[in-house]
Amino acid sequence: MDAVSILSAGGGRKRLAAALMVALFAIAPAFAINFPALTGRVVDQANVIQLDTRSAIEQKSADLEEKSGIQLVVATVNSLEGQEIEPYANELFRKWGLGEKQKNNGVLLLVAPNERRVRIEVGYGLEGTLTDALSKVIISNAMAPRFKAGNFGEGISRGIDDIITVLTTDASEWQQRPSLRLDHQQTVDPADWILLAALFGFFILFIVSPTFRWLFFNIVLNVLASSGSSRGGYSGGGYSGGGGFSGGGGSSGGGGASGSW
Amino acid sequence: MVVSMARIRGVLAVILLGLTVAGCGYNTIPTLEEQAKAKWSDVQNNYQRRADLIPNLVATVQGYAKQEREVLTSVIEARAKATSVKIDASQLTDPEKVKQFQDAQNQLSGALGRLIAVSENYPDLKSNQNFLALQSQLEGTENRIAVARRDYIESVRAYNTELRTFPGVLWASTFFRSNKPMAEFTASEGSAKPPQVKF
Repeated sequence: MDAVSILSAGGGRKRLAAALMVALFAIAPAFAINFPALTGRVVDQANVIQLDTRSAIEQKSADLEEKSGIQLVVATVNSLEGQEIEPYANELFRKWGLGEKQKNNGVLLLVAPNERRVRIEVGYGLEGTLTDALSKVIISNAMAPRFKAGNFGEGISRGIDDIITVLTTDASEWQQRPSLRLDHQQTVDPADWILLAALFGFFILFIVSPTFRWLFFNIVLNVLASSGSSRGGYSGGGYSGGGGFSGGGGSSGGGGASGSW
Repeated sequence: MVVSMARIRGVLAVILLGLTVAGCGYNTIPTLEEQAKAKWSDVQNNYQRRADLIPNLVATVQGYAKQEREVLTSVIEARAKATSVKIDASQLTDPEKVKQFQDAQNQLSGALGRLIAVSENYPDLKSNQNFLALQSQLEGTENRIAVARRDYIESVRAYNTELRTFPGVLWASTFFRSNKPMAEFTASEGSAKPPQVKF
């Protein structure tokens, strides 16, 4: 808002440019925003977290994901680019796709030191555990007072501890998970067999029948090529290997709480 | 062996035909329609969630601020009205009905805003744990409503665009004649206006 008023004071052309900018932001906020990239479990764009605190948080988050599949990510940003923190956090959460796609079990802790705003954005799947009221309590008790004193690293660290405590002490959510995950690895889904059989049949036909090959190349590939572009959306796939970190495709419907200090 | 091969080819041709039709966008209109309807039920659920919070909130405020009878009754009345207006997915093409729903919900938003504003005058109420929890739940629900509305608006836009652009318009004018564009939500004056504070 301030930037706009300064711009518009500069004269006709600048005013027009500012008006256009505002119109652009109003029409397509999702496209206009420069979100930081998901480079790890802690994305410290505002550079307010000390190195040792940062690695401790990363370790805790990695442990949490190892045990429960929950993806907990901390982000600090230099600017919310004129947006409120709620829509910003929601769009960032969805862009990164935190949590597993089926379970939507991600949590984003977003801090905007310059706007003095903080938000815990909770994925659909964890809304029942990390409720709005609990998120609010964590923000106002563990984080806001430390932020006020300028101790961002400590505040975030305490906030993460509390979030993990809430997420891990709910027995019903917690105790079932490891066994479920183990079962999932041991048994083979019947859908996999069908897929495998279909693939096998496909290759046999591909080798045996020239008509099939012709049809495949002329129609199926065309269809695939034309529909491929619409498949952007959420990036999925959990770990991309090689130590990188990426979201699992989870989504959030605006659960959680925000606060300021 | 030869016979079975021919049969397989027959089956395959049918599958491929299906794939081709799907590739031409026959499925797009029903898919987008279902998506928009699902987003609508999210919107409605979140409004319902807000309505469910209100009795508790009113009871808590009443304990500390009985004299704010006017504000409290306006919230209760607005809630009753808002919960009586329900839209099922088939009525989404009726702009009048959607507007009715939206107006009722906006009225409730306004009444709730006034309730929160007057509660600022009661320090005991403001520090009541129950009230604070309810307040954060209410904030969270309002935010969920905003997200659900945004998702709904986006999916309706996608659906309506599909009905009017190529190749969707071909399907819309042949197989899906009964499919009408859905009414879009508009940000009305009521929701943009901050709640009034009365002294």
